[in-house]
Amino acid sequence: MPRALKGLIGIGRPTTGRRRSTKSLKVSVRSSNSVGRDPTDNNDEALVRALQGGEEQVFNELVERWSSMMLRLALAHVDSRAIAEEIVQDAWLTVVRSLDRFERRSSLRTWVLGIVVNCARSRARAERRAVPLSSESTPVMDPGRFLPANHPRWPHHWAAEPAEWRTPEAELLAGETRNVIREAIEALPPAQREVIVLRDIEGLQSTEVCNVVGTTDTHQRVLLHRARSRVRHALERYYHPNAQSPRVGGPGFAATKTT
Amino acid sequence: MIDKHLPEMPCRELVELITDYLEDQLSPVDRARFEAHLADCEACRTYLEQFRQTIRVLGRLPEESLSAEARSTLLTAFRDWSRR
Repeated sequence: MPRALKGLIGIGRPTTGRRRSTKSLKVSVRSSNSVGRDPTDNNDEALVRALQGGEEQVFNELVERWSSMMLRLALAHVDSRAIAEEIVQDAWLTVVRSLDRFERRSSLRTWVLGIVVNCARSRARAERRAVPLSSESTPVMDPGRFLPANHPRWPHHWAAEPAEWRTPEAELLAGETRNVIREAIEALPPAQREVIVLRDIEGLQSTEVCNVVGTTDTHQRVLLHRARSRVRHALERYYHPNAQSPRVGGPGFAATKTT
Repeated sequence: MIDKHLPEMPCRELVELITDYLEDQLSPVDRARFEAHLADCEACRTYLEQFRQTIRVLGRLPEESLSAEARSTLLTAFRDWSRR
């Protein structure tokens, strides 16, 4: 570890008593991690100091709290669960070793997640070929599902309407449907997967996601929309295996039922 | 209604704009076109509802967790680091 970092430990905090008094910190670790909220508070300062002071309980809590999203983020880049776990471990080690370089421009969580993204991206580069560029200009929906532009009555309206799923939402959470969703997510290009993981699965706000993955709000929305469309499509294929093929001559605008 | 004067938004355009709509990022004109279309098109209402449902289900997937082994490796590494 860098010599300079050693000097930091124990500086700026009482030397005794603090190390054991994790109760109050524990509470603040919890409260700073409610899903969807960027936990940028003064609390980060206490967390950073606790980590620098070697407080295991705080470290363990943060590992506990953030591992799910860290793992999912890593899995956006590598297929293997074991490698994803290694990435998360590497990221945590980088975090503790670089705490003195944490500049408080973002929340601690944002910073940690950004480190995961960097570790995962470089690992993916080392493991495989370069990340394939995903095309973001193609339509999210097969153009064959819409009537042609020169249709006399309903240009670009549905030719093959989405059929209702007629599925109670509870069933969408059942094991088999979850597998469909999991597979759809696994098939996404990494950039889309990063964003859908953080936004929809982990419930982070767009600003934080932009900071973590290093992109603009507009681009983040493009990635998110493409990812969501693909997952919806996978569910549609699961419920209506024949949904792809346009029905002949059917104007989509009227409330006609497919099934 | 204002929508009478606006160019109609076809289904094919609407499906591209759903996330922008849900994130409240459409211009007022596009928002009006979007909503006017939706009011008339059951298929797009179905599509939007499925899209929302997809988002809700994504938000309720079970958590992932690190293996016990990885956790203990991490804790050991943290201890080693903090003892230096």
